[in-house]
Amino acid sequence: MSAMTTEASSAPQQGASGQVVKTKSWKATIGLGAVALISLLFFGFGTPTGVQTTFTVATSTDFIAVPSITVPARAAAVTLSIVALLLTGYVAFRANQFRKVGVWLPIVYGMAIMGALLTWAGADRSGTTIQLTGLLTSALFLAVPLVFGSLAGTLCERSGIINIAIEGQLLAGAFLAALVGSMAGNAYVGLIVAPIAGGLVGLLLAIFATKYWVNQIVVGVVLNMLVIGLTSFFFSTMMTDDPSLNQSLSLPSIDIPLLASIPVLGPVLFQQNLLVYIMYVVVIVLQIMLFKSRWGLRVRAVGEHPKAADTVGIKVNRTRVRNTMLGGAVAGLGGAFFTVASGLAFGKEMTAGKGYIALAAMILGRWSPRGALAAALLFGFADALRVQLGIIGSSIPSEFLAMTPYLATILAVAGLVGLSRPPAAEGIPYKK
Amino acid sequence: MKLELREITKKFGDFTANDAISITVESGTVHALLGENGAGKSTLMNVLFGLYDADGGQILLDDDPVVFSGPGEAMAAGIGMVHQHFMLVPPFTVAENVMLGHEQVTGPAKLLDLAAARSKVNEISERFNFHVDPDAVVEDLSVGAQQRVEIIKALSRDAKVLILDEPTAVLTPQETDELLEIVGQLRDSGTAVVLITHKLREVQAIADTITVIRRGKVVGTAEPTDSQEHLASLMVGRDVSMTVDKEQAKPGDPVLEINNLSVVDSATSITLLDDVSVEVRAGEILAIAGVQGNGQTELAEAIMGVVETAGGSVTLEGKKLTGRSIRQVLDAGVGFVPEDRTEDGIVASFTVANNLILDLYDRQPYSRGGAIKPSVVRDNAEEQVERFDVRTTSIQALTGSLSGGNQQKVVLARELARDLKVLIASQPTRGLDVGSIEFVHKRIIEERDKGVAVIIVSSELDEVYALADRIAVMYHGKIVDIVSPDTDRDTMGLMMAGAHEEEAA
Repeated sequence: MSAMTTEASSAPQQGASGQVVKTKSWKATIGLGAVALISLLFFGFGTPTGVQTTFTVATSTDFIAVPSITVPARAAAVTLSIVALLLTGYVAFRANQFRKVGVWLPIVYGMAIMGALLTWAGADRSGTTIQLTGLLTSALFLAVPLVFGSLAGTLCERSGIINIAIEGQLLAGAFLAALVGSMAGNAYVGLIVAPIAGGLVGLLLAIFATKYWVNQIVVGVVLNMLVIGLTSFFFSTMMTDDPSLNQSLSLPSIDIPLLASIPVLGPVLFQQNLLVYIMYVVVIVLQIMLFKSRWGLRVRAVGEHPKAADTVGIKVNRTRVRNTMLGGAVAGLGGAFFTVASGLAFGKEMTAGKGYIALAAMILGRWSPRGALAAALLFGFADALRVQLGIIGSSIPSEFLAMTPYLATILAVAGLVGLSRPPAAEGIPYKK
Repeated sequence: MKLELREITKKFGDFTANDAISITVESGTVHALLGENGAGKSTLMNVLFGLYDADGGQILLDDDPVVFSGPGEAMAAGIGMVHQHFMLVPPFTVAENVMLGHEQVTGPAKLLDLAAARSKVNEISERFNFHVDPDAVVEDLSVGAQQRVEIIKALSRDAKVLILDEPTAVLTPQETDELLEIVGQLRDSGTAVVLITHKLREVQAIADTITVIRRGKVVGTAEPTDSQEHLASLMVGRDVSMTVDKEQAKPGDPVLEINNLSVVDSATSITLLDDVSVEVRAGEILAIAGVQGNGQTELAEAIMGVVETAGGSVTLEGKKLTGRSIRQVLDAGVGFVPEDRTEDGIVASFTVANNLILDLYDRQPYSRGGAIKPSVVRDNAEEQVERFDVRTTSIQALTGSLSGGNQQKVVLARELARDLKVLIASQPTRGLDVGSIEFVHKRIIEERDKGVAVIIVSSELDEVYALADRIAVMYHGKIVDIVSPDTDRDTMGLMMAGAHEEEAA
C-alpha cells in the first residue's frame, strides 16, 4: 500500500506529458559537416602549397602599429576548415545528448568557412593583400541595416505580429531621413525623423493585423509595395524637380577616445558614426528589456499565449500595436543608414531586399536581440567579403558570392543550424 | 468572501447562454455548478471573470455590487480562476507564469524581481504540499503539476473565490483525488470554491452545495447525498440509465493485428508511439485507456494511415494496411470516428447530405460519369438521418450548425454505412450530452455484436468501463498492459501513470 501511494505521488512529477521520448536529430551535423568538408577539399587542399596570403590589419591612423601578417595559405585554409569540422563535431556531440548549441556556433562556423575562402582567394597574390581591418569595418557597416531590421522583426514577432514590412520600413526611413535632412541641411535631423516614417508603416501593419485580422504576411508585402510606390513617386517628381530636397548628407565619423586606439578592433568598432553607436545601445537595451523587465515578460507572454496574458489583465492588442510601432520605428532608424549614414542621396528601391535578409537574421538569431546582432554581422561579413573579393579578383564569379548570404539563410531557416522555435502565437490575430 | 450572482443573463445573438442565473457562494464552502457541456457553466464564469460583458444582472462581493471590465479587475477583487485549458505560457518558468501580470520589480533599472516570485511560489507550494519547483519550465511539467501552478497563480493574487473550470478533464484518477484533497484544504482555509463539472462522482465527493444548470437556466439545487441517477436526471431533464446494457462478447478470430508500430514526430523528433503491438478480434471491443496525449491519438491515426509510421505494421485479416493510402484502408473495411469531430470528422460548411457521402461521393450509386446524382444523395441522407435520429432542420442544413451530438451522429452514420470489419472510434462521446452518449454507445455495441472488431480510444474511464471487453492502458506512447474490465479504478489509475498491473494491484 505504501509503495502504491509513493508511486502515485511521484508519477505526475516526471513530466508525464507523454512526449518525453526524444530521438536524435542529425540534420545539423550533416549539413554543417558537408559544407566544412567542401571547404577543406576546395579551399584547403585547393590552395597550392608554398604560397602565402598576406593580411593587413594596420591602418594609417593606428595608435599602435601592427605589422601585416603573412601566413602560409594552404596551412591556414586547412586549419580554418578543420576548425569548422571540429565545430561540427561539437554539434554532433551535443545532438547526441539531446542538447542544442548556442547562437555563437553558426556564427563562428560561418567566420571560419569564410576565412578559409578568403585565404584561398588571397593566396599567391604578391601585389595585393587582404585588408582585414577594412573588411571587418565594412562588415560591421553593412550589417547596420540588418541589425536594426532584425531587431524590428524580433520586437514585432515576440508580441505575435509577423513583420514582413521591414523592407518598407527601412525604405520609408531612408526616404524621410534624406528628405527632412536635406530640408534642414543637417544629417542628424534625418536621424531623428527616420523612426517616425518606420513607425507609421508599423502602425498601418498593426491596425490591419489587430483590428481587421488581415493576414499579416499579405499586409506586410502590400505595405512594402506601397512604400516602394510612394517613395519612387516622390523621388521622380518632387526630388527630381528640386534636387536640394535630396542631397548627399553624411553623418561625421566620431572616434571614441582611447577605445578607438585599440589595435584592429578599435578602428572597426569605435571609429564609426552616431548611428552605429546607437545600434550598440539599442541591442544591449533591448536584450535586457526583453528578457529581464516587466515589459519584456508581458510582450513574450502575448506572443506565446495571448489568452493567458489576457486572463491576467494584460491588454493583448494594445501590446501588439505598441510593439509593432516600436519595431517599425527601429527599422525606420535603420533605414537612415542607406541615406544620411552612408553619405548618399535617396535612390529608388535603394534598400534592395535588405529587409528580407533582416528577417532571416531574426530567425537565425532565434528571436533575440543578441542573436539578431550576431546573425546580422555574419550576413554583413558575407557581403563585405563579396566586395573585397571583387577588388582582389577571384575565380569565383561575384554573383555566386553574392548568393552566399541567401544560401546561408535557407540553410538557417530549414533548421540545419539548430532548431529554432518561433513565438507560438505569431501571425494569429487575437479575437476574444 | 461571499460571492453572489444575481439574475445574470448573457446572450450570443439569438442564443441565450445564461438566462437569469442566480447563485450564492459562501466563503469556506465548495459550490458545484453541475451541468452538461454547453449548459452555460463556462459562459457564466467568464462573465464573472470579466471576460464577457453580461447583458443583465449583477455581481455582488460581500453584498457590494461590482463590475469587472476585464480579468485584471476580477483578480484584483479576489477572484481567481483555473481555466479548463490552462492559461500558462509554456516556455516560461513556473515563477514567471505566477508573476505575470502583477510583477514585482527591483533595483534602479526596475528589472523583474525573480527572487520574490520564487519565494512566493515556494511559500504557497509548501503550504499546500504541491512540490512545484519555481524554476521548472511549465511545458516540461505534467498536466497535474501545471494545474497546481494555476492554483498557485490564483492564490498568489490572494484569491478569496477560486473558480475551477472542469478541473479533472485532463487528470488521472490519482491526480483527481489529489486535486479534490487540495480543494478540501482550500475550503478549510476559508476560500470559497466554485467547481464547474459534469462529473457526478466528484460533485458527490467534495461539494457542499450543488446548483444544476440546464440550457442556460438554473433547474434546481441538490444535495451531495442525492443519488447519481437523481443528479443525472436533473442535469439532462429526463430519466437516464447510468449503465450500458450489453451482452457478454463472443470474440472470434483476430481481425486487426498491430505489430511493433511506432510514430515519430518529424518536426521535433519525439517518439509519440513506441513499439506498440496488440490484436483485436472480431466481435470484441478493445478500449485504449490513458491520460490524453500518451499516444492514443497517434495509434488510431497510424492505423488509418493519417500519420506516417516510423516502423512496424498493421494487418487486416492478414493483409497489410501500412503503406497504403487512406482510401485503400477505408475500402478494406475500416471505419474511423476521429477525435476532433469538427476539424477532422465533418466539413462544417457542407450540408448534412454531402457530409454523409464524403467517403463514397465518387462511386456508384452516388455518382456516375463524374457527376453526382443529387436524388440518390438526398434519399441516402433522408434514410440515414432517420436511422440515426439526427436532429436537423433539413438534410440541406450546414453540418456546422448542428449540435455536437448531432454532428457526431452524422459521422457515425457515414462510417457505419460501409461494410466494416474494424471500427476505430476516438473519444466517441467527448462533449456530448448524456442522451447522445447513450445513443452512441448503443450503436457501438451493435457493431460489436455484428462481429466488427472495435477499438475505442477514450480518456473517460467511465466510458472505458461501459464499453470495453478488454482494456489496453497507454502511457508515454507504450501499452503498459492489457487488462480485463474487472480491474478496479485505483489500479487503472496507477497504470495510467505508467505502473504495470502487478505493481499497481
